[in-house]
Parts: sequence; structure tokens; C-alpha cells
Amino acid sequence: MNKMVRMEDNPVSREDRRTVGKPFSGSPRMICRNVNVFYGDKQAIQEVSIDIGRNEVLAMIGPSGCGKSTFLRCLNRMNDTIDNCRVTGEIRLDDMDIYDRKVDVVPLRARIGMVFQKPNPFPKSIYDNVAYGPKIHGLASTRRELDEIVETSLTKAGLWDEVKERLAQPGTGLSGGQQQRLCIARAIAVSPEVILMDEPCSALDPIATATIEELINELRTQYTIVIVTHNMQQAARVSQRTAYFHLGDLIEVGSTKRIFTNPIHPLTEDYITGRFG
Amino acid sequence: MQDVEPSAPSSVRTIDIINRRLNKRYRAEKRFKRLGLAAILSSLLFLGLLFTSIVSQGYSAFVQTYILLDIHFSRDAFDVSNLAGADYNGLIRKSLQSLFPEVRDRQEKRMLNGLVSSGAPFQIQKMVMSDTSMIGSTRSVWVPADDDVDMLMKGRIDRSAPEAERRLKDVQLGWIDGLRGDLRLKKKFNRIFFTSGDSREPELAGILGATMGSMYTLIVTLLLSFPVGVASAIYLEEFAPRNKWVDLIEVNINNLAAVPSIVFGLLGLAVFLNFFGLPRSAPLVGGLVLTLMTLPTIIIASRVSIQSVPPSIREAALGVGASKMQTVFHHVMPLAIPGMLTGTIIGMARALGESAPLLMIGMVAFIVDPPGGILEPATVLPVQIYLWADSPERAFVERTSAAIIVLLAFLMVMNAAAVFLRSRFERRW
Ligand SMILES: Nc1ncnc2c1ncn2[C@@H]1O[C@H](COP(=O)(O)OP(=O)(O)O)[C@@H](O)[C@H]1O
Ligand SMILES: [Mg+2]
Repeated sequence: MNKMVRMEDNPVSREDRRTVGKPFSGSPRMICRNVNVFYGDKQAIQEVSIDIGRNEVLAMIGPSGCGKSTFLRCLNRMNDTIDNCRVTGEIRLDDMDIYDRKVDVVPLRARIGMVFQKPNPFPKSIYDNVAYGPKIHGLASTRRELDEIVETSLTKAGLWDEVKERLAQPGTGLSGGQQQRLCIARAIAVSPEVILMDEPCSALDPIATATIEELINELRTQYTIVIVTHNMQQAARVSQRTAYFHLGDLIEVGSTKRIFTNPIHPLTEDYITGRFG
Repeated sequence: MQDVEPSAPSSVRTIDIINRRLNKRYRAEKRFKRLGLAAILSSLLFLGLLFTSIVSQGYSAFVQTYILLDIHFSRDAFDVSNLAGADYNGLIRKSLQSLFPEVRDRQEKRMLNGLVSSGAPFQIQKMVMSDTSMIGSTRSVWVPADDDVDMLMKGRIDRSAPEAERRLKDVQLGWIDGLRGDLRLKKKFNRIFFTSGDSREPELAGILGATMGSMYTLIVTLLLSFPVGVASAIYLEEFAPRNKWVDLIEVNINNLAAVPSIVFGLLGLAVFLNFFGLPRSAPLVGGLVLTLMTLPTIIIASRVSIQSVPPSIREAALGVGASKMQTVFHHVMPLAIPGMLTGTIIGMARALGESAPLLMIGMVAFIVDPPGGILEPATVLPVQIYLWADSPERAFVERTSAAIIVLLAFLMVMNAAAVFLRSRFERRW
């Protein structure tokens, strides 16, 4: 079942699970083709093909359990850690097939960072949280360089001014929103090219959420960002492109503006108008 | 209640039903609390009884009766080239004789000499050998009294019993009272108990040998079981593939934890002594056997504490590109270590109190000299307690209890260490 991508504009039937819209882009950073994911015998993602453009924020939306997280975790091979999870198809970062046998996941995950749903700082100091990645990858040869990386990363994550006086205190002592920004700082400390975010604001209050959304907008100039969210307003606010998933199928991809104003697929329309989800 | 919606009548009824049952619920809660309290109090009571009986039996063993003798180290008693061959017993007999010149009868003389411990000559010998300048002089020396004298002084021999049933005869009582009147009989801190090995004579028996044996055995156990146990737990939790072989190993580890300890002793006898030919009664073999016994405990405790590390920490580490190994050693281990240490110390405490498997490999022998290493014959505290409890002399009763007190003190120190280590490691986070 090699699924073709529909391009024509005539109305789409509700049962049609082929991807509509514009899944591909001119100069993609990541290319995904015919990706399938299985948990044991159960298929969680079916034949997903999509490009992730340079310096864009791609939002992935869809009802709970439709496979957004699963697909996101394929992009930096986090699914390798799940015993019965199997991924087929092709995923490329620039010219490298990341599921190639020869690819080492350690440098790969340094190039594709990740921020999780629940803020998960290490139970160590704020400084050590940010410095850990650069340390294990050997990105700093002196303490000064490391200090610099920590400062720039925390500054980029908009956290420097709040924590510069207490870098030695545990990261777990920060507020939820600060913890999540600390996790973002930790991710960008190893200078990744792509940052994956899995519902980064779902555990935060509206003010912390707004701070993080602003931060995502700023980070876009330097990083490619893929963000999973169940909050459609958030997708509309932070992303340039949006992908709608439904029960493991990629239903529709397009510019965020177009998806939210003029969805092609009836399932997308149902979801964004609140009839489903 | 009246100002709510039309459904008020039915909600009033609901609250009545709730209220009616409320009392019953509170009563059940109170009953449960009281039962719990009673359980805790009764266990405290039994613990108190246990401690009181052991301490009241054992505290007197920490002092020992000594006799002050004026010993004349006459020059003609010593041959300078053979100091060890001198008749030290004779020196003691002479000084006793000078205290009680009226004793002439041979039988009575023997009874008089019996008041002093048979270990006294060795003490005198040691004194002379370390300081030969005392030859030719007269010195006052405190020497240990015989255990019967000691028991009498501690009130554990009944003076009013008929003479035939008494270990000390009337004449002896007279001499003892005489010595006491001259302030030549005194209870002093029992150094012998802490500085010597086992002995047939209660007043010369000490727990140093058993304590050293226990220490060597536990050191071997700790050095083997902690690294092996923790490494197995880490491998099984973090690296092992999920297949039926690993499942089989897991089931068997859990089974091993339930195997009676004496079985490990039999295994040790068959494998370490008979097959590998390791020395009998040695702390090395004891440690190996106790390692087998402790390993399952440590592995299970370590696995539980690894499992309790939140997966989000692992994901965070993997997410910034840490390798599996780095994730485990930088993030999982530090969080799991307190639990691992607790498990290890619980295992060690169990090993310290274990006697059955050690009987199997010969650590029950009567050993006088404290062991100097893990290959020398030794016994351990619980076995020493068992040996003394089995001895007929009255004076061994208090020594048994005293040894139990020492064992309990060790256990308390170990538990305190566990608590201390745990809090230390936890404070870092
Ligand atoms: N570790 C797992 N093992 C088995 N099934 C899983 C696992 N993780 C997710 N799934 C299943 O895969 C599907 C997609 O899950 P997920 O990607 O978490 O959805 P979403 O993030 O969109 O809510 C769900 O049906 C879920 O039950
Ligand atoms: Mg999810």
C-alpha cells in the first residue's frame, strides 16, 4: 500500500486517508518518506511522507493518540529505546539517512534536540543541566568556554536574567515554566540543527506558555523546530506550517494560515472547528 | 438546604444517608487506629523485654574480678636465656602462700591456688618478658580471678546453698572474704573480654577472635556482593534484551532469595572446600558463602531502585545525546545509589547475623587466636554466641549475653551507617 499524495483540488471524501495539501518543500532540512511505525503488531503510523523545511516551525496537531508523539520521536530515533517499536521507511536529515545501520544515534541526537511534554531537568544544578550536553560531546575545552555556552544557551532560552545569580541551585527548584525553558536551554546548548518539542506547554500555566511561545518564535531564525501541540491556537500562533494527523495517518499539510482558514480535508475541518478531538 | 434547586428533597435524603453511615465510618477508623497502636506498643514491649533480659544478663561480663598479688620475682627463679621456661605458676603459688601462711594441707593448697585464673601465669610471663628489669624485685600485680570467684563477687553463686552443691567450699569463701577485707579483690573493666579469642576458661574468653572473624567475613562478602550485585542489577535492568533466557534468570534470582541459608552452606562445603580445596574455617570461604546468600537481596533491591528512577530522566539524557552507558552512570546510578546501599546494608546485616551456613564450612571450630587474615581459621560472632550458650560454666551465660550485646551494637552501627549514607547521597540532589 504505497500511498500517493493527492494534489488536485476537487472535494476529498472523508474516508480518503491520502495526504492532501503541500507536504513537500523546496529546500527541506528533513525528508520523511513512507514512514510506518509499529508497536509490536499494532501499527501506530501509516505511510507518512512529509518534508520539514529550514528555519520553519512545523506544528503537528491531531486528536489524542493519533501518533504525533510517535512520529516526532522517529525524527531523532528516540523510539529506539522502546523495545517493541519498529520503524520502516526513510527519514533523512540533509543527506543522511538517519535509520541507516552506520548512523550513530549519539551524534544524531546532538544534531536533533528534544524537549519533552513534562519539564524534566536533571536533579542537578542549573549550570550542570545546561553544561551536561556540551560536556559529554566535548564542545568546550576550558571552563571559560563552558561558562560561555551555558550563558548563551540560557540567554537564548530567555532564562539567564532569572537564574544567573543561582546557577548552583538545583534545576528542579525552578517553577514549571522556568524548568521547561531550562530544558530548552539544555537542548540548544549542544547547538542542534533541529529541535523537536512534544507538547512543551501542556504542563504550564498561560503566562509561562506565552513566554515559551515567544521563545519559539525567536529560536526559529536559527533552528528548525517541530512542535507537537493539542492546542490549536498555539499551533496558529507559533508555526508556519501545520500537519494534521488522524489515527496514524497524515491527513493534511499546509501553511498554517491556510489550514486554519481553508482546510481541504473534511477530517481536518472537523478537528479545527472543534467537531472532533 | 432549602435554597437549592428543585432537586433539594432528594439531596437532603442523600445527606441523611451519608450522615447515618458517618458514625460507623469514624468508629471503624478509630478501631483501626487503636489496633495499630496496640500492635506497635506490644512489639515495643517485646523489644524492651528482649533488651532488658539481654542487658541485665550481659552487662556484668564487662567487668571481671581481679586479685592483687605481691609477686616476688626472685633472681634464682629465672634463667635469663630461657625466660619463657620459668615457673610462673610457682611464683603465683608462693605469693598466695605468703598471704595465707596457715594453709598447709595439700588439698587445701590446691583449693587456694584455684582462686586465681589459670591464665594468670601467662600474664606474669608476658610482663616479665616485656620488662626484665623487674627480676629481683617484688611487684603488686592484679591478676584475673577464677570464674567461680568472679561469679561469687557478682552474686551469681548462692552462699547459703549446702557446701556439697556449691562450686566454692567454705574454706574458699573464708579466703575470699579475707582477700576482700584486705582490698585485694576488685571488679575492674574486663579488658580480656575485648582483647582475646575464645578460651575454655570463661574468665579468659573474649570476643576479639569472633569479631575479627566477622569483620573479615563481612569485608569479603561486601567486596564481592556489592559490585557483582549492582552490576547484575544494572545489566538486567538497562542492557539485557527481553527474552526467555533473561526471564529465566530473573525468576531464579527471586527463587535464590528464598533459599534457606543452610543450603548455601552445603553448597559452599561441596564447591569451595571439596572442589576448589579452599581452607576450612576461613573467612574467605565464609564470605563466599554469604555472598551467594546476599547477592539475590542486593540484586533485587538494586533493580527496584533502578526501576524507581523516573523514565523522564533517562529520556532527558538520551535526548541530549548521552550514550546508554552515560545515561546509566551519570543519571540513573546517582539516583538509584541510596536504594542500592540500603539493600546492601540490609543484606550485610543479615549476613552478620548468619550462623547456619558457616557451621557447614567449619567456622564453628574452637579457635583461640584471633585471625590475622582471610585465610586463617576463624569463627564469627553468632557462632561464638552459639558456642558459649552451649558451654556448661555459669560464667559463660553472662558472656553469651555480652556477645549478643556486641553483635546488636554492630547491627546498630551498620543501620546507622545505612541511614547516614542514604541521607548523604540524597542531599546532593
Ligand atoms: N510504548 C508504546 N507501546 C505501545 N503502544 C504505544 C506506545 N506509545 C504509544 N502507543 C500507541 O501509539 C498510538 C499513538 O500514540 P502517541 O504517539 O503517543 O499519540 P499522540 O502523541 O498523538 O497522543 C496510541 O494508540 C498509543 O496507544
Ligand atoms: Mg503525545
